[in-house]
Amino acid sequence: MTDAFTLERRRRALHGWLLLSPALIMLTAFAFYPSLATMVTSLWSRGTRRNPAEFVGLENYRYLFDDPTFWQVAGNNLSYALVTIPTSMALALIMALWANSKLPARGFVRTAYFTPTVLPMIAAANLWLFFYTPSFGILNQIGALFGAGPVNWLGEPETALWAICVVTIWKEAGFFMIFYLAALQTIPPDLKEAAEIEGASRWTYTRRIVLPLLMPTTLFILVNAMINSVKLIDHLFILTKGGPSDSSKLILYYIWENAFAYFDRPSAAAMTVLVLALMGALAAFQFLVLDRRVHYR
Amino acid sequence: MIRYIEPAAAILLALLWISPLVFAFWAAFHDVSDAVNFRLTAPLTLENFRTAWDGAPWLRYFLNTFMLVTLILAGQFLLCTLAGFAFAQTEFRGRDALFILVLMQLFILPEVLIVENYRVAASLGLLDSILGIGAPYMASAFGIFLMRQAFKSVPKDLDEAARVEGCGTLGVLWRVYVPAARPTYLAYALVSVATHWNNFLWPLIVTNSPSTRPLTVGLSLFGAPENGVDISVISAATVMVIAPLLICFLIFQRQFVQAFLTAGVK
Repeated sequence: MTDAFTLERRRRALHGWLLLSPALIMLTAFAFYPSLATMVTSLWSRGTRRNPAEFVGLENYRYLFDDPTFWQVAGNNLSYALVTIPTSMALALIMALWANSKLPARGFVRTAYFTPTVLPMIAAANLWLFFYTPSFGILNQIGALFGAGPVNWLGEPETALWAICVVTIWKEAGFFMIFYLAALQTIPPDLKEAAEIEGASRWTYTRRIVLPLLMPTTLFILVNAMINSVKLIDHLFILTKGGPSDSSKLILYYIWENAFAYFDRPSAAAMTVLVLALMGALAAFQFLVLDRRVHYR
Repeated sequence: MIRYIEPAAAILLALLWISPLVFAFWAAFHDVSDAVNFRLTAPLTLENFRTAWDGAPWLRYFLNTFMLVTLILAGQFLLCTLAGFAFAQTEFRGRDALFILVLMQLFILPEVLIVENYRVAASLGLLDSILGIGAPYMASAFGIFLMRQAFKSVPKDLDEAARVEGCGTLGVLWRVYVPAARPTYLAYALVSVATHWNNFLWPLIVTNSPSTRPLTVGLSLFGAPENGVDISVISAATVMVIAPLLICFLIFQRQFVQAFLTAGVK
């Protein structure tokens, strides 16, 4: 009797492993092994035909930390995150509140907000090129109406990164909106009625009732926005290529450049390890802190 | 008075939000000097589309993108169904630890691992192939998670009834679980197609010939400054590239939004 039971359990376990194996093989080939290989590569020197690669310990990291461009790129990425995350989240919330209220043309408004989400970043960059181009760009034409001089938005170190941020915000806000919208639709209408009976203003109702109820959604969006602030760099290829003089270069673009334009794989690997460490911290934050709080739903 | 401010602001923001698209359409259908000077009465023209179409093998790019999203989706359905089912309905030692390991992949983005993924693809002989573009995305942790959630909500009696009828493990999966999870598959398909239709960085790295390049990479090469095409032609090419997805989105808007929600909110 026990034997049959053990046998059945073994059979089920075997089935489990068999079912998992294709996915595990692919994950190993394209996620786990490359992660480990990146760490190894980052500890070896860049091999050339004459000098084969040799173990150099943390030399590549020291080299990276001495590289002023790296610090500039890291700073750029920090500004990029600090500008795009709060702005797109705040816009997303406002959009969701509007798209959820009884406004005229609500369908149009909702579609307009969400449309950028379905476009490729490359196409979005092409659309914005028309706004930013120095000679006839729309921004400069509008500026000229008010007597402002032409600005080379993508060609000046002071404005290039902001121009990049605007495209990202435009692309992201509508995407985050739908998560807020879904959360708003789960708030029971009696809460609003109760608040009205108590004489609470709409502002008080929004601040004291709606915002706290949206907290789990906000945290979920926050984690996604943080990941995106590393990931969303496609538009750099069209708009600035990281320039002028590295003023709009972001980490992932710099990794790409090191690996595939300068063929400096160890530097690229060292940077990748730093990004992975950051992502790992984010993952820990999500699993250990957020999931505990969010899961009461 | 104050009652009109909010609707006006909402509509203004909406107009602002679609203005880049509107301008692209405007430029695509006008001669470049008419377009940039905003001559509202200027005649419409299809010349830009003709120039753009002749400037690159678009048909090939469309075909490549189509094959790419189909391949990825097929791979994801297969791998994520099997793995999601294993995590949801089978029991073995180490399952939960393994699941956490898989979830880690949500944070190890394929985009970040480009350096070593390129070497893996090279050693497997997958460079410059559609399979090479798609392979890193097939075992998606996100998809596995999604399918696991969907399979977990299937009532256990259905499973047992099918087993009594003589179905094996795969039979139960195919007859009971897959049909029950149909809405999740639909949602996942929409998100996956939209994501990979738009993906750029990894395809840029892996491909180096027109016979494998997807639309996004083709578009970026076409619009490169050294190509010397004007803004109207770039707009025409952009409109061409985004048209299929945009039209699908406008028709199936509700399903799209619903899909992103199912996929995003756990």
